[in-house]
Formats: sequence, structure tokens, C-alpha cells
Amino acid sequence: MTQSNIMPGFRPALAYTLFYLCLVVLIPLSTLVFKSLQLSWTDYLEIISNTRVVSSFRVSFGTSLIAALVAGLFGFVIAWVLVRYPFPGKRFLDALIDLPFALPTAVAGVILATIFQPSGLLGKWLMSSFGVQVAYKPLGIVVALIFIGIPFVVRTIEPVLQEFDTTMEEAASSLGATRLQVFTQVIFPNIFPALLTGVSLAFARGVGEYGSVIFIAGNLPYVSEIVPLLIITKLEQYQYAGATAIALTMLLVSFLLLLIVNLLQLWARRRSGQI
Amino acid sequence: MHANVHVIGDAAGQANFKALHDPFWVRWSLVGVAVGFIVLFLCVPLGLVLYQAFSKGWQAYWTALAQPDAIAAMQLTLVVALITVPLNTVFGVAAAWAITRFEFWGKSLLTTLIDLPFSVSPVISGLIFVLMFGAQGWFGQWFSAHDIKVIFAVPGIVLATIFITFPFVARELIPLMQEMGSEEEEAALSLGASGWKTFFLVTLPNIKWALLYGVLLCNARAMGEFGAVSVVSGHIRGVTNTLPLHVEVSYNDYDVIGAFSSASILAGLAIVTLVLKSFLEWKQARV
Repeated sequence: MTQSNIMPGFRPALAYTLFYLCLVVLIPLSTLVFKSLQLSWTDYLEIISNTRVVSSFRVSFGTSLIAALVAGLFGFVIAWVLVRYPFPGKRFLDALIDLPFALPTAVAGVILATIFQPSGLLGKWLMSSFGVQVAYKPLGIVVALIFIGIPFVVRTIEPVLQEFDTTMEEAASSLGATRLQVFTQVIFPNIFPALLTGVSLAFARGVGEYGSVIFIAGNLPYVSEIVPLLIITKLEQYQYAGATAIALTMLLVSFLLLLIVNLLQLWARRRSGQI
Repeated sequence: MHANVHVIGDAAGQANFKALHDPFWVRWSLVGVAVGFIVLFLCVPLGLVLYQAFSKGWQAYWTALAQPDAIAAMQLTLVVALITVPLNTVFGVAAAWAITRFEFWGKSLLTTLIDLPFSVSPVISGLIFVLMFGAQGWFGQWFSAHDIKVIFAVPGIVLATIFITFPFVARELIPLMQEMGSEEEEAALSLGASGWKTFFLVTLPNIKWALLYGVLLCNARAMGEFGAVSVVSGHIRGVTNTLPLHVEVSYNDYDVIGAFSSASILAGLAIVTLVLKSFLEWKQARV
């Protein structure tokens, strides 16, 4: 786009944008950095290496990773079915995919806890048929995070599948490839970067998720206590420094993981010849 | 897509035709998995809200919703949304105008920063306002000296909600206005229309569906936010409980009807949001 001289309002629009951004986002976020600068390095390490803190990080990142991978698998199947196969009720199901985005997380939390508690609709059945208890266990966290993560995966893969050039499939098949070969060697490598994006978005959201998780998690320290809940617990005990140190670490680890995923993605795109 | 497949199929023969379609059993088992998953994970929960809310009949449902605490929670949720959504909408339009109509240094950094609240955990979004305005916070002393309560009060809830919903409108407008280009606006301006006239008569009609879409998502999140609000609210019944917090408090008190009647209002909001969203997507596609 070339710079146009007649467009009005550059200064006020940019000035307001920057002012509001600083006021609402940047200044509040900077408190996190300034507050943790007040901590000495040894204090910081002591807070972070506490076994309860370490356990909560393991629970948060572990359950988010498992949930993101499961959401990736089911999200891929759902996106594939919604894009490729015609069947009745498809538009309705497609619109319903966004429900976890639109439904307040607290509502999702109480519903999932009610369904999966040992006396609940699915909880009772899972307990009597398989002896598996979902609610109040780390497995419950995974279930809640799958619910939260599914639209991220479906909505990232759908447009890529829609725009996928089917002549590539035709080329492969006219060269004698079987359907399985077409899928594993032509379609999947092209969809893979989008799948990776979807899974990493679901993962990032899962690590920070609070509302949908706390009702079903049981919140047992060392076992099913997630990092966001530990931050709130610290705040309630007026341990501001502790809460800040944990929060900053969580943000930094999440950013680092997203950076790694972006690099992976670049590699996957290069490999499949999209760049 | 199907038309192409048939042409190739005819030209290259039956053997290759097979490699373009999934076998029948694969097709239907995948449809089965997808539909089963959606029904189990998305339809059942929605139905369950209503089942639980009405498990003791209409009377109990209405009594629960008519409780003073529930009504206060609904009012607070409306107030928060009424303050938050217009502020973030004005910001979104200003930001999209600056970013898509002008070239300046640091533009891509600015675009990245606008998305920043999306990558911050809701709990951390609440925490930063406690660090700013809490008793030990930066401005805490000044505010308490002037008898202004921010944390454990409505201003804190509004601030945290503004932070959480900050990117929604800007994010919908920026790609659309980028793609539209500025030729129409330049034409209006060179014909002598004023800046505001150009915006209201040329830009706004072109972006209105995307703008409404952003406002819709912003509103849904503003009314439904839980984590960030939970940190700054202090859970004072009838005073600082929003509707999602009222759901939590009632649920933790084993007040099933209370929790699920309020949850049914929020679930209704989510469904209205989804319906309007599909409608706006359809409208936007026809522009």
C-alpha cells in the first residue's frame, strides 16, 4: 500500500491507539516485571523450586499437552469430515464447534464436573464399565482442556483443507498412488503445519485455563492443582511476590514453547514446500 | 471439487478414481467419530444445563433467578459489558484505521502487541490489576487514601474485563480493512468529503458486519469472563459477583438450581452469540 497524503486522522488515531494500549495493557503488564525485579535471584529460585510449585507446573503443562494432542486428533477428524463429506445436519454441527469459545468457562466447568462426577451421567458409566474416575483427578483436567481446545484445532485446519488444491491428489493418483499413499504423502504433509498451529493454540490456551478446570480438577496440591489456581492461592494468602514469580515463569515458559512451535512450523512448511 | 474428480476419473480410468475417494467404511466411521464427539462433548453439556436448571420445575427455576443476589449479578454483568464493549470498540476502530490506512515505523510490533492479552492467562490478567491497585500495589496507597476502591470492587472488574476483551474488535477489523484497501475512501476525500463523512458514509458501511462480529465476540467474552474477574472481585455476594461468579458461588454451596439457572442464562447467551455469529458470517460473505 502506498502512503496516501489525503487520508485524514493519522495522528489522532495512532495517538489514541497507543495511549489506550499503554493504559489498559502495557502498564498493567509491566507491573509483573517490576514486581518480580524486587525479588532477589535466590528468593525467586526458592519460590519456583518449591515442590508444590514444581508439581503444579508438571500438572498444568502435562495435562495441557495431552489434551492438545487428543484435541488435535479429534479436531483433525472433525475438520476433515466437515470439509470433505456431505451429510445431513452438517451446518448445525459446524456452528456448534465454536460453543467452547462462546460458553463462559465457569458454565463449562460446572457442566463438565456434573457430567463426569462419579454419580454423574457419564461418570457413573465410566466408573462401572471401566473403573475409571474422571472428575477430581488429573484426567478431569484433561477432559476439560480437550473441550476448550477442540475449536482451536478445527478452526485452524478447516480453511487450509478447504483451500487444499485437489489437483495434487489427482496428480498423485494418476501416478498410481493408493488412497492411503495420497493421504499420508500428499494431503497430510500439507495440512500438518496448520494442525501444529491448532494444537499449539489449544496447548497455550490450556496452560492458562482456569474456569473450566477448577470445578472438575479436585484441586489436590501436588496431584491436580494447576498453576493458575496456585497463583490465586498465593494471592489469597497475600504472598504477592510468590504469585508474581510463578505468573512470570508461566508466561515465559509459554512464550518459549510457542517460539519453539513457530520454529517447528517453519521447518514443516519448508519441508512440505509451502515456503 | 467433485466435478474435477469425475473428469479425471473418466480420463484416467477406474483404477485411479479409487485413490481420490475414501472407502465407504472409512467415510462413515469418520463421520461417526466426529458426530459422536460433537454430540457427547457439545450437545450433551448444553442439554444438561437445562435439565439441571429445571430439575425441580419452573417454580424453583424462577425463584432461583429472582433471588436478589442473582439479580444483582445479572445487573453487574450488564454494567461491565456496557462499559467495556463501547470502549474496546472505539479503540478497535481507531487502531484498525491507523494500522491499515497509514505506513509507519513499528506497525507490525503494534499489531503484535494488540493481540498480547490473548496469550496471557486470565488469572494473570487479574493478578496484574491487583499488583497495580491492591493494598500493596503501585497506586494502592493513593487510592485508599482517597477512599476509592478498585480491587474487590466494580472498577477492578471493569478494568480486568477491558484487558481480557481488548483485542476482539481490532482483530476482526484489521485484516478486513487491509484487504479492502483505501481506494473508495480516497475517491470520496478527493471529491471533497470531510474525514468523518468519509468514515461514516464509505468506511462504516463496508466494515459494518465485521465490526458487529467483533462487538459480538467482545460482548460474549465480557459477560462470560471468569478467571480474571474472579481474581479482582473478592466474591462479595450481591456487590461484586458477576453472573459467572454467581454460578461458581452457588455451585460451591451445593445450590444446584441456583448455579444452573444462572448457567442457563449464560448458555442462552452463548447460543444467541453462535446464531448471530453464523448470521454475520453469512452476511459478511455476501458483501
